[in-house]
Amino acid sequence: MMYRRERPLLLRSCPAALYNNLCVLPLPASGLAQFALVHGSNCELLSAVPNGLPLSHRLLHAKEGAGLNLPLITQAYWCVLPFRVLLVLTSQRGIQIYESDGSVMVYWHALDSSDALPAQALFARGIAASGHYICVGTWSGRVLVFDVPAKGPNIMLSEELNEHRMPVTDIAAEPAQGQDCVADVVTADDSGLLCVWKSGPEFKLLTRISGFGIPCPSVQLWQGSVAAGFGDGQIRIFEASSGALHVQINAHARSISALDLAPEAGKLLSGAEDSFVHIWKLSRNPDSGCIEVEHCHAECVTDTLVCGARFCDPKGSSFAVTGYDLAEILRYTCA
Amino acid sequence: MSVRTLPLLFLNLGGEMLYILDQRLRAQNIPADKARKDEWTEVDRKRVMNDITSTMFNKKFLGELFKPQELYSKKALRTVYDRLAHASIMRLNQGSMDKLYDLMTMAFKYQVLLCPRPKDVLLVTFNHLDAIKDFIRDSPVIVKQVDETFRKLIEVYGCLSAGEFQLIRQTLLIFFQDMHIRVSIFLKDKVQNSNGRFVLPTSGPVPWGTDVPGLIRMFNNKGEEVKRVEFKYGGNYVSAKNEGSFDLYGDRGLTLGTNMYNMSQPVETHVSEAPKNLPLNTTKASPAPNPLAKEELNFLARLMGGMEIKKTSGPEPGFRLNLFTTDEEEEHAALTRPEELSYQVINIQAAQDQQRNEELSRIMGEFEVHDQPPQNTSKGDDLLAMMDEL
Repeated sequence: MMYRRERPLLLRSCPAALYNNLCVLPLPASGLAQFALVHGSNCELLSAVPNGLPLSHRLLHAKEGAGLNLPLITQAYWCVLPFRVLLVLTSQRGIQIYESDGSVMVYWHALDSSDALPAQALFARGIAASGHYICVGTWSGRVLVFDVPAKGPNIMLSEELNEHRMPVTDIAAEPAQGQDCVADVVTADDSGLLCVWKSGPEFKLLTRISGFGIPCPSVQLWQGSVAAGFGDGQIRIFEASSGALHVQINAHARSISALDLAPEAGKLLSGAEDSFVHIWKLSRNPDSGCIEVEHCHAECVTDTLVCGARFCDPKGSSFAVTGYDLAEILRYTCA
Repeated sequence: MSVRTLPLLFLNLGGEMLYILDQRLRAQNIPADKARKDEWTEVDRKRVMNDITSTMFNKKFLGELFKPQELYSKKALRTVYDRLAHASIMRLNQGSMDKLYDLMTMAFKYQVLLCPRPKDVLLVTFNHLDAIKDFIRDSPVIVKQVDETFRKLIEVYGCLSAGEFQLIRQTLLIFFQDMHIRVSIFLKDKVQNSNGRFVLPTSGPVPWGTDVPGLIRMFNNKGEEVKRVEFKYGGNYVSAKNEGSFDLYGDRGLTLGTNMYNMSQPVETHVSEAPKNLPLNTTKASPAPNPLAKEELNFLARLMGGMEIKKTSGPEPGFRLNLFTTDEEEEHAALTRPEELSYQVINIQAAQDQQRNEELSRIMGEFEVHDQPPQNTSKGDDLLAMMDEL
């Protein structure tokens, strides 16, 4: 499998060296794709055709609260819900939810700082959508679950999940809609702890997979398997229902910063601070039922601390990468 | 984001500053018997290093620094270093001060970026402190100050988690974002590209606690390994040999943070922004510089209030140190510095709202030449003098 470099998308500013700092929303109807990344107190949105120049540019700002300095935005993510797509921004102050093109803010939730200790950094981080729920992680480990109506701004905080004790790093949801999967959400934190949930009016904790003190910056869920990237450069894949470790990959020489999934092909994309991006193929062994992995492609993004990596289509025939100090989004397509 | 970042930022930048000043002062050293009145001697150099180091490691000052707080802007931090650099008989013109700060920040940015593990930034800090202790080894009082700081660092950072160190690293990288000044010593050693970005090697030892990439292990439901496959990961890594020491003394295991300046090389910087690819319809990326927020002014007031500057005895002339080869070069550099690289050192007196600067006003008020208490004399003169220079 060979990928070739396409024309990069020029950015107004370079992405921050934060986890999962790229989100891509394909818009198949128009042949466009939308890109979102964060830098300081801003979120930059662009849209473009494959191998084309950016067509539109928008800058969203962190909602200011009381206190010094403009708050930093930690992540931008498009939540694809059954009847709508919403853009969620997390910051040091709270959670901002917009219509998918960023034109209108429909909801604001301020973080509760009442039980913070003086030396604690406050922020929200980790965003996923499951059914009509949006899950957002916080610095305390608490995961906020919002119930989203089919249209309009009446988003409600439905539940708070209190399983994590360290700051949440990432959240993922099972991409397959209508599949008969019990486990459909996984949350990860700075200690490497993974929690597997069944979403609903009341989320149910199904499995806890302990960490070893190494952060899990990025996590994905695919057909009952949890793929987690860690700060020591490993990718570990677990059976979601039992927590059993099925695959351990010495994948990168530095911390992983982003994982993404192409659900129609079972492909996994990993980007790390070691300047490499790898593509892996996940599959289930028909006899044992265990998850297996095959390495497909290695890409060196020379001298770049990769901070975001996403597939641009559900089959994984193209992907995009962002890097610290890099003023462009790099794009690659299957040759 | 991490509220534990400032001490590490300050100490490492301060360490780089001392490396550069030491190298420059040595380069301009004249033997005492041959020196004219306005030339540097070995005695002068040691005095400057001692004065600056003891100001940097002042207990009250560090007490303020170690309080959990967000990082302040580059502008605010630059003011602190201006003050620090003038803590002795040495004077620096704007051009040299700009160059000094460029070198300091790009060096530490490089060190943070290349740290194998986020926690290794602490080892980089210890490397700086080890070297500083050697600079001032003839002054046991200052050595003790540095040792106290060592202990404080071990106390505060010794038990932080990997996640907290990663947050510190991310906070530092956010601080250094958009700085791409090209430094000759880096370009020459091929650690920086001509576009200003640093080289990230894909070979050498992996960080302590990381395995060399290239192996996939697959297990069954009983936890038994059933398959093992190797893959080409594209780099050329080897295992880490040893973990560096986090004790008061020890082999740090890293060269990052050690003194990279040696006597034979003049230290040059190119102060040019590397060519950027900008979209055709772009407006200027960075917003118009805003005046320092009230919080930043208060922070500066607290920090500088804690700085005890030694009084220079009598009307001694300040010895000027030039980081360039000639005075003309220095002046030219200051005049031709690109707008977006200007540090816009604050003119505190220009701040209009006295209410906003209440703490700073109070301190400045204390230092009125006529009715200051005796022990504040030196602070007052120097502080006012510095304000006037800005």
